[in-house]
Amino acid sequence: MYEVRFHGRGGQGSVLASAMLAAALVEEGRYAVSIPSFGFERRGAPVVSFLRTSEREIRQLTNIYHPDCIVCVDPTLPRSVDIFAGLKPGGTLVQATHRPLAELEIPDTVATVGLCDAVRIALEIFKRPITNTLMLGAFARTTGVVSLDALKRALEDSDFRDAGLAQNMTALERGYAETTVHQLDRRAAA
Amino acid sequence: MNDTATLEAPVAARAKPKVILCEGNEAAALGVALARPDMVAVYPITPQSSLVEHVAKLIADGRMDADIVDAEGEHSVLSVLQGGALAGARTYTATCGPGLAFMFEPYFRTSGMRLPIVMSIVTRDGITPQSVWGGHQDAMTVREVGWIQLYCETVQEVLDTTVMAFKIAEHHDVMLPVNICLDGNYLSYGASRVELPEQADVDAFLGDKDVNWHVALDPLRPMAVDPLTGGAGGKGPATFVRYRKGQCRGMQNALAVIEEVHADWARRIGRSFAPLVEEYRLDDAEFAIMTLGSMTGAAKDAVDEARAAGKAVGLIKLKTFSPFPVEALLKSLAKVRALGVVDRSVAFRWNCGPMFQETLGALYRLGRHVPATSFIGGLAGADLTVAHFHRVIADTEALLTGPAPTTPVWLNEND
Repeated sequence: MYEVRFHGRGGQGSVLASAMLAAALVEEGRYAVSIPSFGFERRGAPVVSFLRTSEREIRQLTNIYHPDCIVCVDPTLPRSVDIFAGLKPGGTLVQATHRPLAELEIPDTVATVGLCDAVRIALEIFKRPITNTLMLGAFARTTGVVSLDALKRALEDSDFRDAGLAQNMTALERGYAETTVHQLDRRAAA
Repeated sequence: MNDTATLEAPVAARAKPKVILCEGNEAAALGVALARPDMVAVYPITPQSSLVEHVAKLIADGRMDADIVDAEGEHSVLSVLQGGALAGARTYTATCGPGLAFMFEPYFRTSGMRLPIVMSIVTRDGITPQSVWGGHQDAMTVREVGWIQLYCETVQEVLDTTVMAFKIAEHHDVMLPVNICLDGNYLSYGASRVELPEQADVDAFLGDKDVNWHVALDPLRPMAVDPLTGGAGGKGPATFVRYRKGQCRGMQNALAVIEEVHADWARRIGRSFAPLVEEYRLDDAEFAIMTLGSMTGAAKDAVDEARAAGKAVGLIKLKTFSPFPVEALLKSLAKVRALGVVDRSVAFRWNCGPMFQETLGALYRLGRHVPATSFIGGLAGADLTVAHFHRVIADTEALLTGPAPTTPVWLNEND
């Protein structure tokens, strides 16, 4: 079982990203379950979505309290939410940010970091700071849990059409290509 | 009805089914489309809204050939469907919580008129306190109104049960409305891997449409429907009793029909679900925990872990809650010496959970005392995790040697 917790703000599409990742994993023949957190879906309010994937059928339909990986699609969110709560030691962070690794506050539980300047790229592609599909590309690059091809097929099966589909396809590819991955061996050992 | 000779090919010889990822609400809508209803009526309410949006989209996209009525409220939704069902239409709707409360008058009338309407309840906790999240309080509140109620554990079971519900409702020995209960939030919005049945297989499974052969409105054959009945004089009392006894008989008949329909689904589609009561690791268990709906997955994982730690625990899950499957449940209860029942709603009068309350009624017929504890959790969207079920298992095991508490254990009290 591999567990991912998505953090974002209402309107950024983190719940959709979680479902699209699940669709891509199912596309690859795995089992996957995606459950959004439940609240009044206000724009800008912190939202969470949970994703489990396994080679075997997944029976638990619950929230995730000890994820293997955290995907944060908003660069400002870590200032207001403890996105690292419950992360397993040796865990992975995939973060949308324009800052270099040295400027980020990262706890000792994190062993692998993928960084993507997703807001800047999203503004170039969509003219809006919608980072969700970019961060799926970043997730694939950082973890290797899903292939970029499977994500592309899931996107083609989604409700996106025409220009929206083309833009999101670009976002997936650029998220994958423009993510830097860092191994924090000393932190993991500490 | 269950003639296996009509099968085109054994399941094993068929092509691999189409696999998609979808939410419980979308799975319900896809199940409805496969059942080819003539008419649906809808009014949106959280967490049901995306279900009827999916139904409306399937119709708009031409993937479902049904009339859709966008009514002004739930009372009208069900009243409109009663007219449709009386005219011989296969009918469907979905609601929950306050919407179900608002349709209560026609809800009661539907079962009395023996109309085989199928309605999903995307279960939601009761208000007040104000809440828009899942819980079984809405469906439990109407458990004595003569509808069949089937609770689903997974998104796949939502899809499959939605189709099966039409065959159960329309069976001539039953002729009762059916609720498919799917947990708000965890099933309604939980997206899972789902296998889609082939339309041709579903068509063969459901057979020719035969709705309301007993009353069907026909201008050439005018008749009064649901005239004033009862009172203390004339044929009133006897007529009223005949209606009520018929409803009770239909409910009892449903137990065998639900089993038959699930077996037929398994033969034709290749997926089987326990129709009334599911046993999990129960045969060599000393004590059991009992669950309903989507909480069951986490409970099974907890049972596996407890078994690995040497605890002789098993699990009993109800799928059919109404009619209450007393005989099937007693066969399971006979295997254990202590029981913990987990409810996602409250029986206010008895200070326990409703499934606990009803199970005590069944236990009276066992002829042996089985100590039992009522656990209440998962109210208003609260999570029921593997950790919660470890507490349920530990507290239930304690019944083997110690006294049973007289008040419920509230699982999310300190969350």
